[in-house]
Amino acid sequence: MLHIKCPYCGLRSQNEFSYGGDATVKRPELNKEVSDQDWDNFVYLRKSPKGKHLELWQHISGCRQWIKVERDTLTHEIFKTLKATEEV
Amino acid sequence: MPENFRLDKGGLINRDKKISFKFNGKKYFGYEGDTLASALIANGVHLVGRSFKYHRPRGFFGAGVDEPYAIVQMTRNNEIDPNVRATEQELFEGLEAKSVNCWPNVDFDIGAINNFLGKFFPAGFYYKTFMWPKSFWYKVYEPIIRKAAGFGAASIKHDKEKYEHKYEYCDLLITGSGPSGLASAYAAAQNGAKVILAEDKPRFGGSLLTSEVTIGNKSGKEWSEEMIFNLKSMPNVIVKNRSQVFGYYDHNMLVMSERVSDHLPTTDKYIPKQRLWYIRAKEVVISSGSIERPLVFGNNDTPGVMLSSAAKEYLKVYGVLVGKKPIIFTNNDSGYETALEFKKNKIEPIVLDTRKDTNSEIIKEAKELNINIKFSYVVVAAKGYKKVKSADIARISDDKKSIEKIENIKCDCICVSGFWTPTIHLASQSGNKTKFNEEIDAFIPSQSKQNETTLGSANGVFTLEETLKTSFSKGEELSKKITNKDNKITVPTVVEKKSSNHDKFWCVPLPEGKNYKRFLDFQNDVSVSDIHLALREGYRSIEHVKRYTTLGMATDQGKTSNLNGLQLVSDVENKLVPQVGHTTFRPPYTPVSIGAIVGREIGKHSKPTRKSPMHYWHEKNNAVFVDAGVWLRPRYYKQGNENLFEASKREAKNVRQNVGVCDVTTLGKIDIKGPDSAEFLNRVYTNAWLKLPIGKARYGVMLREDGIVMDDGTTTRISENHYHMTTTTAQAANVLSHLEYYLQLVWPELNVNVVSSTEQWAGAAIAGPKSRNVLQKLFPDLDVSNQGLPFMGYMEGNLFGVNAKIFRISFSGELAYEVNVESDNGNFMWEKIMEIGKEFNIQPYGTEALSTLRIEMGHVAGSELDGRTIPYDNSLEGLVSKKKDFIGKRSLSKKAYIEPDRQKVVGVVPLDKKTSIPEGSYIVKDANAKLPNPKLGHVSASCWSVEYDNPFSLAIIKNGKNMIGQKLFALSPLKNKTIPVEIVSSHYVDPKGERVRS
Ligand SMILES: [Zn+2]
Repeated sequence: MLHIKCPYCGLRSQNEFSYGGDATVKRPELNKEVSDQDWDNFVYLRKSPKGKHLELWQHISGCRQWIKVERDTLTHEIFKTLKATEEV
Repeated sequence: MPENFRLDKGGLINRDKKISFKFNGKKYFGYEGDTLASALIANGVHLVGRSFKYHRPRGFFGAGVDEPYAIVQMTRNNEIDPNVRATEQELFEGLEAKSVNCWPNVDFDIGAINNFLGKFFPAGFYYKTFMWPKSFWYKVYEPIIRKAAGFGAASIKHDKEKYEHKYEYCDLLITGSGPSGLASAYAAAQNGAKVILAEDKPRFGGSLLTSEVTIGNKSGKEWSEEMIFNLKSMPNVIVKNRSQVFGYYDHNMLVMSERVSDHLPTTDKYIPKQRLWYIRAKEVVISSGSIERPLVFGNNDTPGVMLSSAAKEYLKVYGVLVGKKPIIFTNNDSGYETALEFKKNKIEPIVLDTRKDTNSEIIKEAKELNINIKFSYVVVAAKGYKKVKSADIARISDDKKSIEKIENIKCDCICVSGFWTPTIHLASQSGNKTKFNEEIDAFIPSQSKQNETTLGSANGVFTLEETLKTSFSKGEELSKKITNKDNKITVPTVVEKKSSNHDKFWCVPLPEGKNYKRFLDFQNDVSVSDIHLALREGYRSIEHVKRYTTLGMATDQGKTSNLNGLQLVSDVENKLVPQVGHTTFRPPYTPVSIGAIVGREIGKHSKPTRKSPMHYWHEKNNAVFVDAGVWLRPRYYKQGNENLFEASKREAKNVRQNVGVCDVTTLGKIDIKGPDSAEFLNRVYTNAWLKLPIGKARYGVMLREDGIVMDDGTTTRISENHYHMTTTTAQAANVLSHLEYYLQLVWPELNVNVVSSTEQWAGAAIAGPKSRNVLQKLFPDLDVSNQGLPFMGYMEGNLFGVNAKIFRISFSGELAYEVNVESDNGNFMWEKIMEIGKEFNIQPYGTEALSTLRIEMGHVAGSELDGRTIPYDNSLEGLVSKKKDFIGKRSLSKKAYIEPDRQKVVGVVPLDKKTSIPEGSYIVKDANAKLPNPKLGHVSASCWSVEYDNPFSLAIIKNGKNMIGQKLFALSPLKNKTIPVEIVSSHYVDPKGERVRS
């Protein structure tokens, strides 16, 4: 079970969090032309890297904040955790 | 009177307390402090089971966790416990156990014929034998295998025992209380670290209990007792026996199973049977010791052949002789310790040492005691079926390739010692890249991945002096990192015997003309010839060989077999062991009971049960409840002998004719506040939200980014910057996360806050043509006329002194209102509604009637919004704004979503107006078409229309828009039904929606 450091609450067990996928995906802006390709990439295409991965987790049983977690998908090492608005 | 194998004195058992127990129905006696195994051996019982594949007789091989044979089925506290290792089960008064894997009994076992049909059970026999014919599998092979295989039978009754989970944090978790565990724990504890010391056995001390050493001026055992006494007196230390750390998971999370009550006849009232500890440790010390390796020779699975260390343990801990004419067969000095122990108790052992004459300290001592030692000798084969009676022995050549003339000597046990295998399971589980140590012919931990340190013989260190030195200093070092204290401990002086090198020899060659079975894996019956065969058949990777032969795959996880298996593969393949590599160790290290894993999360405790504030009223009024997510909701209110169908029909009809009231507390509610709330809703919902006036509600649909409908519900503007959103019961939590996602990550510039208010409000839906009459009487001061409170209007009122929110919204399609009050006032509101509604024939209605009402109105719900449909499919396209952008909009222009024959929701009525259509039925054109019959769509929801008094269903079918009036078929292969149907509008009742506006 992972041990995730919520930037708001501190180190907590994984079972307080829910996983939210790739944190580097940027939603296309509203009311802008988006090509089919770009939209499909946004909705469906995700990398599945072996190694470092910046991902979203929500501290659902805690402060309910969405946070960013930089984690190694192979070793589960967590390098850093960030608030939603922070960049790596 | 059976022979007695108990010594007159000695051992750590309590001879003052005699205990009676039963094995296979027969009564025996043992002492407090015995295990089931030691007590049986003391009574001369050596036959305890049958082997897995060949049903060969099985005795005892070890004295602890590594035991591959002596697995029994126990009855304790009126509960059945399968898969219990007799070597670990402590004796208690009245214990009852029996053999497994034998039928009709352990002495005469029909399955043993497999032994003589051995050629039909080669490596991979499951894969080969039962392949053909296919139809035989279910009827013949599988039932036979089921009956013949397995280690015991689980009970099918509910387990009355209690299990619990515990979470703990510590600085150092130390797994094993042998010398390395005690020393590191003590050093760390002296430095002020929070320490948990876990010992699998009931007694602390590990190897110190059986070794002849002195530490300081004490014996090993005395020293361990003193250390435990000290540790127990320290407030920063938790010391646990009967506790197996079985799994090392990510981020230094370890799981330990504590057998709290298994050693007692019953479980005390407030005590669990077992407790599972989830321990998050900053540092982990693996001091799990090592397990003796078997030597491989003919019939080496015969009862009476056992590990030499186990024989010593039975002598020293339990005062029990495993035999009176022992052969010690060894390739190293450890065997001599057992020989000396026999000699000390006036038993004459014969030692067969595979090595040439050597003279280490202990061998000299054995020679001085005139112990019969035969160097360069091996056991070729054990003789005897249910118990060893003699051994074929022979001198072996210096190159260990050939044996000389075979001699037969009488014996009643053969104690084998093939040197030691460090217990590296936990280190390997944590991700440690282990390495092969050629000096000890075994793998030891190397580069740690997590914060784990392996000490003592688990790390391949076999001298006590070195173990204590490194363990004290590691304990200091690891704790210093955490506590910043630096308490140096003087390592006591150690007296121990110096050992000579072990012999790398491990497998006795077959004599000419003999093909004795030489077993590697004693639990899964994998022999040397099975591995040979697998290799001949082309299996190369050790992981494949393992799976094909099942080597090391039994419940003992190959604790005694893995290394010999690897040795064999490397010998045959002419590779070095490290090139072959070992298979992956996975948790659990020992079997863990399902009860312990589940803990207290059983039955209704497996998830929370949420009840509305009106729950007890429902209960009192004969509600039959149904699980709706985590909520319990009334499904119907039973009157007299009514069944579900009759009751729901009555309730729904009463709504259509008079007025009904339904508990809608479970609907998700989200409070939305902030100046940008309207803009936010406008982006979340598919329809327009910017111009919703204060005091008005609006129905909205929200999508996922892929265009699929996520949820629907009404949202009401309470004041300028305050909205009250409702969601479906099922999606409440997901919708909140969804909103938080967009507010926190995508549009953080929006000034909006959302919070769940589901539990703050109790809700009642009052529906039916007479609902306004009820409402007026509830709120006599309010103008609730069609003008005063129009459809989709909102008002606040005072319900006999209680603040209430009134929404004119409808799910039933009738004139309807939803009244919300603070949860604490829910029951008060409900009783008032019932009291006032009485004169209008009000009746409560449950979810079944609720479904009927919405289905015949064509209102889509969860069965249509099933995560596969877009707004068009649900005839919700009118709610999709063309002007503004919103979540998921871009996806709606996808080609598949705008096909002219896109699926759409329709109504379905059986032609005979009688036959109900099972939900999930296929809609097809031709009932007799060749299979697979092309499917137009499926029936999503069915009801009995109370308006028309015939069955009615909703279906989502291809080109639904143009199918109205078509005669098709509903096909239910599950219920074996073919029903001719007509497609009609999904809005079966009041298609113009006049009633809700009346
Ligand atoms: Zn948090």
